[in-house]
Amino acid sequence: MTRVRVQEADFDLSTEVAALRADNPKVGAVACFVGTVRDLNEGQTVQAMELEHYPGMTEKALEGIAAQARERWPGSDVLIVHRVGKLLPLDQIVLVVTTAMHRAQAFESCAFVMDYLKTQAPFWKKETTEHGEKWVDARESDDAALSRWDLGSRKGAGA
Amino acid sequence: MKVELRFFAGVREALGVANESVDVPDSVSSVGDVRVWLRTRGGAWAETLAEGRSLRMACNHEMTDPSRRITEGCEVAFFPPVTGG
Repeated sequence: MTRVRVQEADFDLSTEVAALRADNPKVGAVACFVGTVRDLNEGQTVQAMELEHYPGMTEKALEGIAAQARERWPGSDVLIVHRVGKLLPLDQIVLVVTTAMHRAQAFESCAFVMDYLKTQAPFWKKETTEHGEKWVDARESDDAALSRWDLGSRKGAGA
Repeated sequence: MKVELRFFAGVREALGVANESVDVPDSVSSVGDVRVWLRTRGGAWAETLAEGRSLRMACNHEMTDPSRRITEGCEVAFFPPVTGG
């Protein structure tokens, strides 16, 4: 089963993990990643952040990667919760939970989902710093992180 | 052909438009053609959609390269490289 949510509201890790592994005694490993808002980015103090997304496409992209993760690690399950709207330092941004029979699959699946999400899911961050508002630039290191999963040939990369 | 345009993040702000319905000429048959055609509007359009600018494209909610053929009523989006997570 795949669970993907895009929402303004915060999330609770324990509640989400409990729901994902409920009634599934085959699960022997749960890996979680939580992304949070830093108060410092590229030397500037971040006061707030606004997250924009592409309704419709975002959910489709996240469901696509969750499906790929389940295909790559059979028996695994994936939950993705991503927040949008205004966020402040210390706030949670994204949650990825993966379950599997053994830890290696859970860890790998979790990293795979995050690497994909960072470069392929249509979200954009705008930071408010002491110098005003600024869209966050994409990082080449994120593209490099994705390439290790050999996904390039399956997904259009744009120009 | 009718096409639904969508713009996001810095591209949306630079153009001052979030979405727009357009009727493209017959010579426009791919997502890349739409980008070139929009540049002929000049000003912010020519600058924001210029060939050297790092831009991502989607057609009907799928990330795509410029060669993707457009179809009647399709939704074409232009946006900066994504920065979620």
